[in-house]
Amino acid sequence: MTSPLEQKKIKITGPSIVTANRTWDGAVIYRTAQQGWSAELDDAAIVRSSDDARALLAESTADDVGAVGPYIAPVLVSESGKVEPGNLREQIRRSGVTIGLPAQTLGLPVQV
Amino acid sequence: MYAYDEIDRTLVNERVAEFRDQVKRRLSGELTEDEFKMLRLQNGVYLQLHAYMFRVAIPYGTLSSQQLRRLAHVARRYDRGYGHFTTRQNIQFNWIKLAELPDALADLAEVGIHAMQTSGNNTRNVTSDQWAGVAPGEIEDPRIWAEILRQYTTLHPEFSFLPRKFKFAITASAHDRSAIKIHDIGLRLHKNAQSETGFEVLVGGGLGRTPFIGKTIKPFVHGRDLLSYVEAIMRVYNQYGRRDNIYKARIKILVHELGVEKFAAEVEEEWQQMRDGALKLDDDVVEDIRARFFYPKYQKLPHMPDELKQASADPAFERWRKNSVATHKVQGYSIVTISLKPVGGPPGDATADQMDALADLADKYSFGEIRVGHEQNLALPHVAKHDLPDLWKALDKLGLATPNVNLVSDIIACPGLDYCSLANARSIPIAQELTRRFANHDTAELIGRLHINISGCINACGHHHVGHIGILGVEKNGEEVYQITIGGRADEKAELGTLIGPSVKYDEVADVIEDIVEAYLALRATPEELFVDTVKRLGVEPFRERVYATR
Amino acid sequence: MPLVKGGKIVGDRFAHVADGAELPEGCLLVSAARFLENPEALLKRGKVGVIWPNSRDVDDLVPYLDRLAAVALVFPTFRDGRAYSQARLLRERYGYRGELRATGQVLRDQFVFMLRAGFDAFDVKKQADAEAFAQTVQRYSVFYQPTGDGKLTALHRRMQLRHSESAGL
Repeated sequence: MTSPLEQKKIKITGPSIVTANRTWDGAVIYRTAQQGWSAELDDAAIVRSSDDARALLAESTADDVGAVGPYIAPVLVSESGKVEPGNLREQIRRSGVTIGLPAQTLGLPVQV
Repeated sequence: MYAYDEIDRTLVNERVAEFRDQVKRRLSGELTEDEFKMLRLQNGVYLQLHAYMFRVAIPYGTLSSQQLRRLAHVARRYDRGYGHFTTRQNIQFNWIKLAELPDALADLAEVGIHAMQTSGNNTRNVTSDQWAGVAPGEIEDPRIWAEILRQYTTLHPEFSFLPRKFKFAITASAHDRSAIKIHDIGLRLHKNAQSETGFEVLVGGGLGRTPFIGKTIKPFVHGRDLLSYVEAIMRVYNQYGRRDNIYKARIKILVHELGVEKFAAEVEEEWQQMRDGALKLDDDVVEDIRARFFYPKYQKLPHMPDELKQASADPAFERWRKNSVATHKVQGYSIVTISLKPVGGPPGDATADQMDALADLADKYSFGEIRVGHEQNLALPHVAKHDLPDLWKALDKLGLATPNVNLVSDIIACPGLDYCSLANARSIPIAQELTRRFANHDTAELIGRLHINISGCINACGHHHVGHIGILGVEKNGEEVYQITIGGRADEKAELGTLIGPSVKYDEVADVIEDIVEAYLALRATPEELFVDTVKRLGVEPFRERVYATR
Repeated sequence: MPLVKGGKIVGDRFAHVADGAELPEGCLLVSAARFLENPEALLKRGKVGVIWPNSRDVDDLVPYLDRLAAVALVFPTFRDGRAYSQARLLRERYGYRGELRATGQVLRDQFVFMLRAGFDAFDVKKQADAEAFAQTVQRYSVFYQPTGDGKLTALHRRMQLRHSESAGL
């Protein structure tokens, strides 16, 4: 997926969120509608216009004590309102690597 | 093995204390991310997709068993039980917490390991031949000079904020295992007519968006002038390298835009003004560094011990020995390569348990020393031949004896989209599938030496440009697709690969690679003709025809 | 922006004069462009310093170094390290002895590098950083490479230790 680090002009093509990593431990977090951060995608504020996206990103970027590297990411919103990551990159960020960790693939005892 | 003294240890500890203070100020908000980012990068701390990544330096790829055990400890205590060895002889941990990093660094500092300048726009790990000091025919141990360079470039006040990253590599053998031609500064150690040690200096090699093979700017720089000459190059780069565009900021672009002659002239002009200054290396300074390198007290051993003769009856042992064991410069000893490319495994990874066990084996069989190669494999550099059978049994139990070194399933891959925030596509699952397709050792041996390199984006950390087969992951309409090149090489005959045809979908990559290999087997002049030589002889066309005939 | 000199916050005796403005009495800092328009006149006046851009070779400044009261170099961002090279050249190659001032985004974590490169005055961005100057520059006692600051490098310290060992000291 084109790295969002290469995003220049902000233009969204569908429902989007702002995501970042938590400063102290690097965990994936999402910007909420209450000017906060949550580790749950369900809590993410959804924007639907490029202007709103820019505003949300600006506000997120200003709040950099607790968060690092915020950017805009697409989501899929189902009819029932369930929110899913909108591309492979965001899926990987939420669910983890798509490969087995080394101990697992070798059939060796797994570390914590 | 270079022995850190009080002076070296003090510097590392001072650095840890400084970083601890910087982390504290970041977490309190006193430092913004904009102010902190370059500081954390200069301590090897990246932000990846799911977490921070911590890149620890393994200077010129040499580790003691004590150090390897400490890396295992970091993997267990601060990460998820494994580490990844990189194409620059470093190790990476993928799940580290920023708040715990100062403690991890302190733990590493106790055994003389640090993470200084493993990222950031400064000078990076000085890499070298993983067989340095033990390879037959080596002119002299390049690690002496790599250590001199390491010290010179560490926390250099003038060159800590360069236009972009800066990488050194040094080789002292006819066969270049250090890939010096794809480095910002590549150094080929050799002797002049008076038998004095010096370096051919190449500048401007590098991959990424605009790959270049390095160009020689001076055929012989005397050892005593190495640091002053390097300082001249760095000063020219620091002042004139582009800072307006990060994709045009490497020294390779400066060399290209000025032209090699003009660039060499600028360096020469600068150097003439400082060559007799404080950076001139006295012989006794060099000897002092040399004296701190530990070399084993080798025993007088027979060329063919009985243990080896007996073990040769075991076909599995023989297969491994013929594949992974190389000739040592001292009779009766060998260099053992440890494959970190098991079938189905992520290339270059090792678990904490494997690291600990390997440290024990190094103590028992290799004078306590381990090496890291840029092919993402490890090596035990001083194994007595009579110990090979026992060593092999132990390695096999640990999953570290896959006899695929330098073969098709010995794949070099970057972490890719599974880990890296710069990536466009995944690389590890491609590598895993390829190891499964080529799991049959007879087939792999039949194919012969074949280097596959996989990068998940144009930054080329997998060195795909110089792979015999190179695979580059890109994104098209939200999908992962892959461009495939053939005919690249990274050694003394370094060249960039050629695109074979239109890009290929994720699910098809393994099929295409199989077709390329089949084409090679059909086209090669003799079984001894390597893949890369067949491509050189015939060009890309015959491969392109066969691969794309049905696509 | 607090000015640090001699390890502590001091008053700035230099007035920064804009290109078109009248020259007041006292010490002045003018732009390179203004200085080069009529360097002799300014130097005759005395107590003048130049703000030299980081994108320009210091060669053009060399003829005037022995009569300048100050040279200010620029870090447009702390990540742009060109002024480190300029500083070292001024001090080590051209023997400049006047005030060498770091301006721009001057932050705590670069103080040690700046001192080693030859700066002796710092236009520090943050008050807290200026106050921490003296403490910050004690972070490091080991230096691997020689610069004009005269500090003994690790390589040479080792040689000294070796010699004193073998001399039985």
